[in-house]
Amino acid sequence: MTGMQLIFLIAAAVVVSSAFMSVTSRRMIHAALWFVLALLGVAVIYALLEVSFFAVVQVLVYVGAIAILIIFATMLTRRALEDHGKQFNRATLMTLVIVSVIFAGLVFSLRSWPQIQSMTAPLSADQLDVGVLGLALTAPDGFALPFEVTSILLLAALIGSIYVAYERKEKKK
Amino acid sequence: MIPLYWYLLLAALLFCIGLFGVITRKNAVGILISIELMLNAANINLLAFWRYLYSETGDLRGQVFVIIIFVVAAAEAAVGLAMIISAYRQKQTVVANEIDSMKG
Repeated sequence: MTGMQLIFLIAAAVVVSSAFMSVTSRRMIHAALWFVLALLGVAVIYALLEVSFFAVVQVLVYVGAIAILIIFATMLTRRALEDHGKQFNRATLMTLVIVSVIFAGLVFSLRSWPQIQSMTAPLSADQLDVGVLGLALTAPDGFALPFEVTSILLLAALIGSIYVAYERKEKKK
Repeated sequence: MIPLYWYLLLAALLFCIGLFGVITRKNAVGILISIELMLNAANINLLAFWRYLYSETGDLRGQVFVIIIFVVAAAEAAVGLAMIISAYRQKQTVVANEIDSMKG
């Protein structure tokens, strides 16, 4: 077992256990903090894949923005389900069965794909340059159209979320 | 070197945990967290496949798809949390079962 594999196993254990804790923990603020730990573990996984740009983006966008947004929403919606009441609905046992079946199916389909067992990553440092990605995102014969569409989506989501969360004074009684 | 299927197994496990949370969680913020976990699992899969199969050919579609998923995740979190806060303001609850004013 090499050092890389050891780091991967530690990071994977952190990701899976903190994801499990964030799904099952009772207090929402604890769930949000476990969620942050899971996101940092996923950033480590990205770094192991040698896509360091995405590791940085993961920390910036997920930990820096989305997790903070979730923590804020948790603090704004307090006193709900915190100490009383069940955290899960009636379908828990059924869902456990369904999820186990899905996971077993995924593992089975991975097992039945023989060439995946021997696959290793190619060593090509020049292809992992982030400048290539930036040029491809803005080139007209590259991905300029999807790039612009996603920016319009982001703008629409920004305006829409401000409109939805805006407190209208005149309608309040 | 790390085999490809280790990444795929991790992503499958993370996806299943997220799916369990989406279906069973009562708190709407918890449902949103679980959705983000599922999106992360998809990102791990996309980047692992890109790295192992396409990083030599100069094909960047995998990376571009991951960027688009990042943007969609950010937009979804913003809109979803705005809706949860708006619903909380009117009904004083974030339990998904109790937000049922659109029920027929």
